Amino acid sequence: MKYIYQAAVILLFTFLGEALAALIPLEIPAAIWGLILLFLALCFKIVKVEQIKDCGGWLIAILPILFVAPTVNLLDQAGVLAASLPAFIVIVVVSTFVVFAVAGWVTQLLGRWKEDGK
Amino acid sequence: MTEFLSGSSLFAIALTLLVWRLASALQKKVKSPILHPILISTAAIIAVLLVLKIPNAAYQANMKPLSFLMTPATVCLAIPLYEQMQVLRRKLPAILVGVACGTVVSLLCVTGLCLLFKLDPSMTVSLLPKSVTTAIGVPISESLGGMSSIAVTAIISTGILGNITGSFLCRILKIEDPVAQGAAMGTAAHVIGTTRANEMGSVQGAVSSLSLVIAGILTAFLIPLFF
Repeated sequence: MKYIYQAAVILLFTFLGEALAALIPLEIPAAIWGLILLFLALCFKIVKVEQIKDCGGWLIAILPILFVAPTVNLLDQAGVLAASLPAFIVIVVVSTFVVFAVAGWVTQLLGRWKEDGK
Repeated sequence: MTEFLSGSSLFAIALTLLVWRLASALQKKVKSPILHPILISTAAIIAVLLVLKIPNAAYQANMKPLSFLMTPATVCLAIPLYEQMQVLRRKLPAILVGVACGTVVSLLCVTGLCLLFKLDPSMTVSLLPKSVTTAIGVPISESLGGMSSIAVTAIISTGILGNITGSFLCRILKIEDPVAQGAAMGTAAHVIGTTRANEMGSVQGAVSSLSLVIAGILTAFLIPLFF
Protein backbone atom coordinates (compact mmCIF):
# COMPACT_ATOMS: atom_id res chain seq x y z
CA MET A 1 0.00 0.00 0.00
CA LYS A 2 2.91 2.30 0.79
CA TYR A 3 4.03 2.09 -2.84
CA ILE A 4 0.55 2.86 -4.16
CA TYR A 5 0.34 6.11 -2.17
CA GLN A 6 3.90 7.08 -3.14
CA ALA A 7 3.19 6.37 -6.81
CA ALA A 8 0.05 8.52 -6.60
CA VAL A 9 2.03 11.50 -5.27
CA ILE A 10 4.73 11.10 -7.95
CA LEU A 11 2.21 10.72 -10.77
CA LEU A 12 0.27 13.75 -9.50
CA PHE A 13 3.39 15.93 -9.73
CA THR A 14 4.20 14.50 -13.16
CA PHE A 15 0.67 15.38 -14.27
CA LEU A 16 1.00 18.92 -12.84
CA GLY A 17 4.25 19.21 -14.79
CA GLU A 18 2.46 18.21 -17.99
CA ALA A 19 -0.31 20.70 -17.27
CA LEU A 20 2.24 23.50 -16.74
CA ALA A 21 4.11 22.55 -19.92
CA ALA A 22 0.83 22.81 -21.83
CA LEU A 23 -0.08 26.15 -20.21
CA ILE A 24 3.27 27.95 -20.37
CA PRO A 25 4.28 28.84 -23.95
CA LEU A 26 7.99 28.02 -23.48
CA GLU A 27 9.75 24.98 -24.92
CA ILE A 28 10.35 23.48 -21.46
CA PRO A 29 9.65 19.74 -21.12
CA ALA A 30 6.98 18.48 -18.71
CA ALA A 31 9.62 16.53 -16.76
CA ILE A 32 11.41 19.80 -15.88
CA TRP A 33 8.23 21.50 -14.62
CA GLY A 34 7.28 18.39 -12.63
CA LEU A 35 10.78 18.20 -11.17
CA ILE A 36 10.73 21.88 -10.17
CA LEU A 37 7.24 21.58 -8.64
CA LEU A 38 8.19 18.46 -6.65
CA PHE A 39 11.41 20.13 -5.51
CA LEU A 40 9.49 23.21 -4.29
CA ALA A 41 6.92 20.98 -2.57
CA LEU A 42 9.79 19.25 -0.72
CA CYS A 43 11.39 22.59 0.22
CA PHE A 44 8.12 23.99 1.57
CA LYS A 45 7.37 20.71 3.39
CA ILE A 46 4.16 20.16 1.42
CA VAL A 47 5.55 16.70 0.60
CA LYS A 48 7.94 14.87 2.93
CA VAL A 49 10.82 12.87 1.45
CA GLU A 50 9.56 9.74 3.27
CA GLN A 51 6.27 10.03 1.39
CA ILE A 52 7.92 9.41 -2.00
CA LYS A 53 11.34 8.00 -1.20
CA ASP A 54 10.84 4.24 -1.83
CA CYS A 55 8.89 4.50 -5.06
CA GLY A 56 11.00 7.44 -6.26
CA GLY A 57 14.24 5.62 -5.52
CA TRP A 58 13.00 2.63 -7.50
CA LEU A 59 12.06 4.81 -10.49
CA ILE A 60 15.47 6.52 -10.48
CA ALA A 61 17.20 3.13 -10.24
CA ILE A 62 15.42 1.80 -13.35
CA LEU A 63 16.05 4.98 -15.43
CA PRO A 64 19.02 3.47 -17.32
CA ILE A 65 16.82 0.53 -18.45
CA LEU A 66 14.27 3.02 -19.79
CA PHE A 67 16.99 4.49 -22.07
CA VAL A 68 17.30 1.23 -24.03
CA ALA A 69 14.10 1.52 -26.10
CA PRO A 70 14.79 5.11 -27.28
CA THR A 71 18.32 4.06 -28.29
CA VAL A 72 16.91 1.18 -30.37
CA ASN A 73 15.32 3.94 -32.54
CA LEU A 74 18.75 4.23 -34.09
CA LEU A 75 17.65 1.29 -36.26
CA ASP A 76 15.49 3.74 -38.26
CA GLN A 77 17.88 6.71 -38.25
CA ALA A 78 21.11 4.83 -38.90
CA GLY A 79 21.36 6.40 -42.39
CA VAL A 80 21.18 9.98 -41.10
CA LEU A 81 23.73 9.21 -38.42
CA ALA A 82 26.08 7.36 -40.80
CA ALA A 83 26.12 10.39 -43.13
CA SER A 84 27.63 12.61 -40.44
CA LEU A 85 29.27 10.00 -38.25
CA PRO A 86 32.80 11.52 -38.15
CA ALA A 87 31.39 14.93 -37.17
CA PHE A 88 29.09 13.25 -34.64
CA ILE A 89 31.98 11.43 -32.97
CA VAL A 90 34.25 14.51 -32.88
CA ILE A 91 31.47 16.70 -31.44
CA VAL A 92 30.50 14.16 -28.76
CA VAL A 93 34.07 13.45 -27.68
CA VAL A 94 35.43 17.02 -27.79
CA SER A 95 32.45 18.69 -26.13
CA THR A 96 32.18 16.02 -23.42
CA PHE A 97 35.85 16.45 -22.47
CA VAL A 98 35.64 20.27 -22.59
CA VAL A 99 32.50 20.34 -20.41
CA PHE A 100 34.06 17.85 -18.00
CA ALA A 101 37.18 20.01 -17.65
CA VAL A 102 35.30 23.32 -17.26
CA ALA A 103 32.76 22.05 -14.71
CA GLY A 104 35.47 20.25 -12.73
CA TRP A 105 38.06 23.02 -12.76
CA VAL A 106 35.63 25.85 -11.93
CA THR A 107 34.12 23.88 -9.02
CA GLN A 108 37.56 22.89 -7.72
CA LEU A 109 38.93 26.44 -8.01
CA LEU A 110 35.97 28.02 -6.22
CA GLY A 111 36.06 25.34 -3.51
CA ARG A 112 39.76 25.97 -2.82
CA TRP A 113 39.38 29.74 -3.03
CA LYS A 114 36.62 29.57 -0.40
CA GLU A 115 38.75 27.42 1.90
CA ASP A 116 41.74 29.74 1.51
CA GLY A 117 39.58 32.74 2.34
CA LYS A 118 38.86 31.44 5.82
CA MET B 1 4.77 -15.67 -35.46
CA THR B 2 6.23 -12.30 -36.50
CA GLU B 3 2.74 -10.84 -36.47
CA PHE B 4 2.01 -12.17 -32.99
CA LEU B 5 5.35 -11.01 -31.55
CA SER B 6 5.03 -7.60 -33.26
CA GLY B 7 1.76 -7.05 -31.41
CA SER B 8 2.88 -8.19 -27.97
CA SER B 9 3.83 -5.63 -25.32
CA LEU B 10 4.68 -8.42 -22.93
CA PHE B 11 7.18 -9.90 -25.39
CA ALA B 12 8.86 -6.52 -25.99
CA ILE B 13 9.09 -5.63 -22.30
CA ALA B 14 10.14 -9.10 -21.14
CA LEU B 15 12.77 -9.20 -23.91
CA THR B 16 14.14 -5.77 -22.89
CA LEU B 17 14.30 -6.61 -19.16
CA LEU B 18 15.84 -10.03 -19.78
CA VAL B 19 18.45 -8.65 -22.19
CA TRP B 20 19.25 -5.93 -19.64
CA ARG B 21 19.71 -8.56 -16.93
CA LEU B 22 22.10 -10.57 -19.13
CA ALA B 23 23.99 -7.44 -20.23
CA SER B 24 24.48 -6.32 -16.60
CA ALA B 25 25.71 -9.80 -15.66
CA LEU B 26 28.10 -9.77 -18.61
CA GLN B 27 29.49 -6.37 -17.62
CA LYS B 28 30.03 -7.54 -14.02
CA LYS B 29 31.91 -10.57 -15.27
CA VAL B 30 34.05 -8.91 -17.94
CA LYS B 31 34.49 -5.63 -15.98
CA SER B 32 35.02 -3.65 -19.18
CA PRO B 33 33.34 -0.25 -19.02
CA ILE B 34 32.93 -0.24 -22.82
CA LEU B 35 30.43 -3.08 -22.44
CA HIS B 36 27.88 -0.73 -20.91
CA PRO B 37 24.52 -2.53 -20.44
CA ILE B 38 22.74 0.15 -22.53
CA LEU B 39 25.05 -0.52 -25.49
CA ILE B 40 24.89 -4.32 -25.27
CA SER B 41 21.12 -4.32 -24.69
CA THR B 42 20.51 -1.99 -27.63
CA ALA B 43 22.69 -4.07 -29.95
CA ALA B 44 21.06 -7.32 -28.78
CA ILE B 45 17.51 -5.97 -29.18
CA ILE B 46 18.26 -4.56 -32.65
CA ALA B 47 19.59 -8.02 -33.59
CA VAL B 48 16.45 -9.76 -32.26
CA LEU B 49 14.16 -7.29 -34.07
CA LEU B 50 16.03 -7.85 -37.35
CA VAL B 51 16.05 -11.65 -37.02
CA LEU B 52 12.36 -11.88 -36.07
CA LYS B 53 11.48 -9.15 -38.63
CA ILE B 54 9.69 -7.05 -35.99
CA PRO B 55 9.46 -3.40 -37.17
CA ASN B 56 11.03 -0.88 -34.78
CA ALA B 57 7.78 1.14 -34.74
CA ALA B 58 5.97 -1.93 -33.36
CA TYR B 59 8.67 -2.49 -30.74
CA GLN B 60 8.48 1.17 -29.63
CA ALA B 61 4.68 1.04 -29.43
CA ASN B 62 4.87 -2.18 -27.40
CA MET B 63 7.41 -0.62 -25.02
CA LYS B 64 5.05 2.29 -24.17
CA PRO B 65 3.83 0.78 -20.87
CA LEU B 66 7.45 0.77 -19.65
CA SER B 67 8.72 3.88 -21.50
CA PHE B 68 5.83 5.78 -19.90
CA LEU B 69 7.80 5.70 -16.63
CA MET B 70 10.53 7.96 -18.07
CA THR B 71 8.84 11.27 -17.20
CA PRO B 72 7.78 10.30 -13.62
CA ALA B 73 11.28 8.86 -13.04
CA THR B 74 12.85 12.14 -14.18
CA VAL B 75 10.48 14.12 -11.95
CA CYS B 76 11.76 11.99 -9.05
CA LEU B 77 15.25 13.43 -9.59
CA ALA B 78 13.83 16.22 -7.38
CA ILE B 79 14.42 13.84 -4.43
CA PRO B 80 18.25 13.62 -4.73
CA LEU B 81 18.29 17.32 -5.67
CA TYR B 82 16.49 18.20 -2.41
CA GLU B 83 18.44 15.77 -0.23
CA GLN B 84 21.86 16.65 -1.65
CA MET B 85 21.19 20.37 -1.36
CA GLN B 86 20.75 19.90 2.41
CA VAL B 87 23.95 17.85 2.67
CA LEU B 88 26.04 20.03 0.34
CA ARG B 89 24.74 23.41 1.47
CA ARG B 90 28.22 24.84 2.11
CA LYS B 91 29.58 23.61 -1.22
CA LEU B 92 26.51 24.75 -3.15
CA PRO B 93 27.79 28.09 -4.54
CA ALA B 94 30.92 26.46 -6.01
CA ILE B 95 28.87 23.58 -7.50
CA LEU B 96 26.22 25.91 -8.97
CA VAL B 97 28.80 28.14 -10.67
CA GLY B 98 30.79 25.11 -11.89
CA VAL B 99 27.71 23.43 -13.37
CA ALA B 100 26.48 26.68 -14.94
CA CYS B 101 29.88 27.30 -16.60
CA GLY B 102 29.97 23.70 -17.82
CA THR B 103 26.45 23.93 -19.25
CA VAL B 104 27.05 27.21 -21.10
CA VAL B 105 30.36 25.90 -22.46
CA SER B 106 28.59 22.70 -23.60
CA LEU B 107 26.04 24.68 -25.63
CA LEU B 108 28.70 27.02 -27.08
CA CYS B 109 31.04 24.14 -27.91
CA VAL B 110 28.37 22.02 -29.64
CA THR B 111 26.99 25.02 -31.59
CA GLY B 112 30.51 26.03 -32.65
CA LEU B 113 31.52 22.53 -33.75
CA CYS B 114 28.24 22.04 -35.64
CA LEU B 115 28.87 25.29 -37.54
CA LEU B 116 32.43 24.15 -38.24
CA PHE B 117 31.18 20.85 -39.70
CA LYS B 118 28.35 22.69 -41.52
CA LEU B 119 25.71 20.36 -40.07
CA ASP B 120 21.97 20.78 -40.65
CA PRO B 121 20.10 22.84 -38.04
CA SER B 122 18.03 19.70 -37.28
CA MET B 123 21.27 17.83 -36.50
CA THR B 124 22.60 20.71 -34.37
CA VAL B 125 19.47 20.86 -32.27
CA SER B 126 19.61 17.07 -31.84
CA LEU B 127 23.15 17.35 -30.48
CA LEU B 128 22.72 20.42 -28.25
CA PRO B 129 21.21 18.65 -25.22
CA LYS B 130 23.78 15.83 -25.36
CA SER B 131 25.00 16.34 -21.81
CA VAL B 132 21.59 16.18 -20.09
CA THR B 133 19.49 13.17 -19.23
CA THR B 134 17.20 11.63 -21.89
CA ALA B 135 13.81 12.63 -20.46
CA ILE B 136 14.96 16.25 -20.41
CA GLY B 137 17.14 16.32 -23.54
CA VAL B 138 14.87 14.49 -25.99
CA PRO B 139 11.74 16.63 -25.51
CA ILE B 140 13.85 19.83 -25.74
CA SER B 141 15.37 18.73 -29.02
CA GLU B 142 12.03 17.47 -30.40
CA SER B 143 10.22 20.70 -29.60
CA LEU B 144 12.84 22.62 -31.59
CA GLY B 145 12.73 20.33 -34.63
CA GLY B 146 15.50 17.85 -33.75
CA MET B 147 15.57 14.11 -34.47
CA SER B 148 14.84 12.23 -31.27
CA SER B 149 16.81 9.10 -32.11
CA ILE B 150 19.92 11.17 -32.92
CA ALA B 151 19.41 13.13 -29.70
CA VAL B 152 19.14 9.87 -27.72
CA THR B 153 22.23 8.44 -29.38
CA ALA B 154 24.22 11.60 -28.62
CA ILE B 155 22.97 11.62 -25.02
CA ILE B 156 23.67 7.94 -24.40
CA SER B 157 27.11 8.00 -26.08
CA THR B 158 28.04 11.10 -24.08
CA GLY B 159 26.90 9.38 -20.87
CA ILE B 160 28.82 6.20 -21.61
CA LEU B 161 31.91 8.16 -22.70
CA GLY B 162 31.85 10.13 -19.43
CA ASN B 163 31.24 6.93 -17.47
CA ILE B 164 34.21 5.17 -19.09
CA THR B 165 36.72 8.04 -19.14
CA GLY B 166 35.67 9.88 -15.94
CA SER B 167 38.38 8.57 -13.60
CA PHE B 168 41.06 8.98 -16.27
CA LEU B 169 39.95 12.57 -17.04
CA CYS B 170 40.01 13.47 -13.34
CA ARG B 171 43.59 12.22 -13.19
CA ILE B 172 44.99 13.97 -16.26
CA LEU B 173 43.04 17.20 -15.65
CA LYS B 174 44.13 17.18 -11.99
CA ILE B 175 40.56 17.35 -10.70
CA GLU B 176 41.26 15.94 -7.23
CA ASP B 177 38.52 17.50 -5.10
CA PRO B 178 35.69 14.92 -4.73
CA VAL B 179 33.09 17.72 -5.03
CA ALA B 180 34.64 18.92 -8.32
CA GLN B 181 34.84 15.32 -9.61
CA GLY B 182 31.12 14.86 -8.96
CA ALA B 183 30.25 18.19 -10.60
CA ALA B 184 32.26 17.26 -13.71
CA MET B 185 30.65 13.80 -13.97
CA GLY B 186 27.08 15.04 -13.47
CA THR B 187 27.38 18.07 -15.76
CA ALA B 188 29.13 16.22 -18.59
CA ALA B 189 27.60 12.75 -18.41
CA HIS B 190 24.22 12.99 -16.57
CA VAL B 191 22.64 9.80 -15.11
CA ILE B 192 25.08 7.38 -16.76
CA GLY B 193 28.08 9.36 -15.46
CA THR B 194 26.48 9.45 -12.01
CA THR B 195 26.50 5.64 -11.85
CA ARG B 196 30.28 5.83 -12.18
CA ALA B 197 30.51 8.78 -9.75
CA ASN B 198 28.73 6.66 -7.15
CA GLU B 199 31.48 4.04 -7.51
CA MET B 200 34.16 6.72 -7.12
CA GLY B 201 32.77 7.74 -3.74
CA SER B 202 29.64 8.87 -1.93
CA VAL B 203 30.55 12.58 -2.18
CA GLN B 204 31.15 12.25 -5.93
CA GLY B 205 27.82 10.42 -6.34
CA ALA B 206 25.89 12.99 -4.32
CA VAL B 207 27.37 15.99 -6.15
CA SER B 208 26.93 14.27 -9.51
CA SER B 209 23.22 13.58 -8.93
CA LEU B 210 22.75 17.21 -7.86
CA SER B 211 24.75 18.53 -10.83
CA LEU B 212 22.90 16.51 -13.46
CA VAL B 213 19.58 17.97 -12.36
CA ILE B 214 20.88 21.56 -12.28
CA ALA B 215 22.50 21.07 -15.70
CA GLY B 216 19.20 19.67 -17.03
CA ILE B 217 17.14 22.61 -15.77
CA LEU B 218 19.67 25.18 -17.04
CA THR B 219 19.88 23.50 -20.45
CA ALA B 220 16.09 23.49 -20.79
CA PHE B 221 15.96 27.23 -20.16
CA LEU B 222 19.10 28.15 -22.15
CA ILE B 223 18.68 26.16 -25.40
CA PRO B 224 15.70 28.23 -26.65
CA LEU B 225 18.01 31.28 -26.35
CA PHE B 226 20.70 29.57 -28.40
CA PHE B 227 18.40 28.41 -31.10
